[in-house]
Amino acid sequence: MAGVPMRQAFGLALAEYGAANPDVVVLDADTSSSTLSRFFAERFPERFFNIGIAEPCMVDVAVGLALGGHIPFVNGFAALLALRALEQVRTCVCYARTNVKLAAAFAGLSDYKDGPTHHAITDIAIMRALPEMTVIVPADAEEAAAWVPLVAEYDGPVYLRLSRDVAIPVHDRSTGLRIGRGIVRRPGGDVTIVATGTMVGRSLRAAEALASEGIEARVLEIHTVKPLDVELIRQAAEETGALVTAEEHTVIGGLGGAVAEALAQTRPVPLERVGISDAFARTAPDVDSLMDACGLAVTDVVAAAKWALARK
Amino acid sequence: MAHYPESLITELEERARQLRITSLEMIHRRAAGHPGGALSAAEIIAALFFHKLRLDPARPDWPERDRFILSKGHASAPLYAALAARGFIPAEELVRWGDLSCPLQGHPDRLKTPGVEMTSGILGHGVAIGAGLALSARLRGLHYRVYTLLGDGECQGGIVWEGALVAAKYRLSNLTAIVDCNGVQLDGPVHEVLPLEPFADKWRMFNWAVLEINGHNMRQILEALDTAAEIHDRPTVIVARTTKGKGVSFMENNAAWHGVAPNDEQLARALQELKGGA
Ligand SMILES: Cc1ncc(C[n+]2csc(CCOP(=O)(O)OP(=O)(O)O)c2C)c(N)n1
Repeated sequence: MAGVPMRQAFGLALAEYGAANPDVVVLDADTSSSTLSRFFAERFPERFFNIGIAEPCMVDVAVGLALGGHIPFVNGFAALLALRALEQVRTCVCYARTNVKLAAAFAGLSDYKDGPTHHAITDIAIMRALPEMTVIVPADAEEAAAWVPLVAEYDGPVYLRLSRDVAIPVHDRSTGLRIGRGIVRRPGGDVTIVATGTMVGRSLRAAEALASEGIEARVLEIHTVKPLDVELIRQAAEETGALVTAEEHTVIGGLGGAVAEALAQTRPVPLERVGISDAFARTAPDVDSLMDACGLAVTDVVAAAKWALARK
Repeated sequence: MAHYPESLITELEERARQLRITSLEMIHRRAAGHPGGALSAAEIIAALFFHKLRLDPARPDWPERDRFILSKGHASAPLYAALAARGFIPAEELVRWGDLSCPLQGHPDRLKTPGVEMTSGILGHGVAIGAGLALSARLRGLHYRVYTLLGDGECQGGIVWEGALVAAKYRLSNLTAIVDCNGVQLDGPVHEVLPLEPFADKWRMFNWAVLEINGHNMRQILEALDTAAEIHDRPTVIVARTTKGKGVSFMENNAAWHGVAPNDEQLARALQELKGGA
């Protein structure tokens, strides 16, 4: 699926899974042409509900469907599911532990052209703080598609964070996915880069650049930011002695925060966090230049790895 | 009520036509933006920015200025075009829209763009924020009026109606909401996505004064804005019936043109239609 936008892979996978599982129902808030839940809507119109531009209402309707035994996939912009509909998510999804799946589209900076109102750079921090919530961030299109059945068949609330755009391909179907279990994407003993989402591909490129300078970086993909694979991270800290986190999210409270918390309690080692510094981003002509401008360039990961190494 | 000479009507219609042309050129240049809801709002924005709003571009923070909040923030292109024509921002910025270094954001940003009263883009905020601004005017004894422009799809959001209750409670007659009722939203026709009719009745039941007009008829827009200013016991909503994509035949009433930019050939055809009369 190289070259396919993540939203397209997800939309097609959801429609396909809808055929296999009649309990799945899909909701959207007038953005099905953007999130591409439209593919499901076209195939299963009787199991698709367009709620209009009313995201909090959409979450509560999904809660009702879940109480009735259905498996609702709630589609909307990440910025709206994680912010406007947050109270519904906290109380009626997490606290009441209803089986609602939040498919959070256009996450991170991937809606580059609509600007900071539409970016979602705090959603991992917000969702991760909610008891009962599982937070999954696929690295590329293939992986986004592969998560659909796993998320549907897991019993409980899930926040699935999706990019609008094309991510560097890293996943192939032969690699198993398990909620809560990180993946070693590249071995290495000098330093570890812990990455999530679209930054996994960029981190692998950074590891190649580091290798050409004789530095062997291990690359871990943490797709499940919550529950965190603490053991894999502790082991990397022990074996490589320095860590870098990389995420398309603010440096506050996301993957970097989660890893810092885990290291502080297990094996404190030097840690550098690559992410968006504590500021709103801007409107941009494409996602790659925006990510580069926001401190998420491959060279930023390389520099951070060297800093972490120097602090060993 | 003022009588409007035909010359003023013609001049404002020409302004609306220019807003359409500039908006499409801007959207085309950056290959992003929202043509449908920009074209439907052209006359309304022209009436406000080139006649009705009391503004002073030399003093964007003049305390007595009228306030306009673009609640449907995705219609940023005609807003920016109007702000440039009124001299709030340099016209050169319009052609850099979308560049990383350009202060104009995809959606209006009050910190980066003089003349933008409030940041918007996430739908639903205009009525409630407008109510707050209108209350502030009352507390300070200022006489500015507050206007906010919404989409009809936007009115599916509960926050719009929460704001409407507040404005009605405080009888905020200095607040005017204008709904660009073009009948089409992102995913399709409003009556299919989530029906709103009877729409004008809903506002009436919320204790607003309601004026229903043709939102492409300049005289009706001006007269409705005047009437709103003469109602002293409640807020007014102008339900402006419009056509999404107005003025470009292949964009009209077509949800596919909600948020997609025209390519070179489509822009040329659109401009030909818009410039045809000139
Ligand atoms: C709360 C919220 N939900 C979703 C969106 C994405 N969105 C942008 S415009 C739009 C459709 C707006 O339709 P309408 O209000 O009728 O505007 P118009 O037809 O005038 O363009 C949607 C769903 C948003 N900006 N804000």
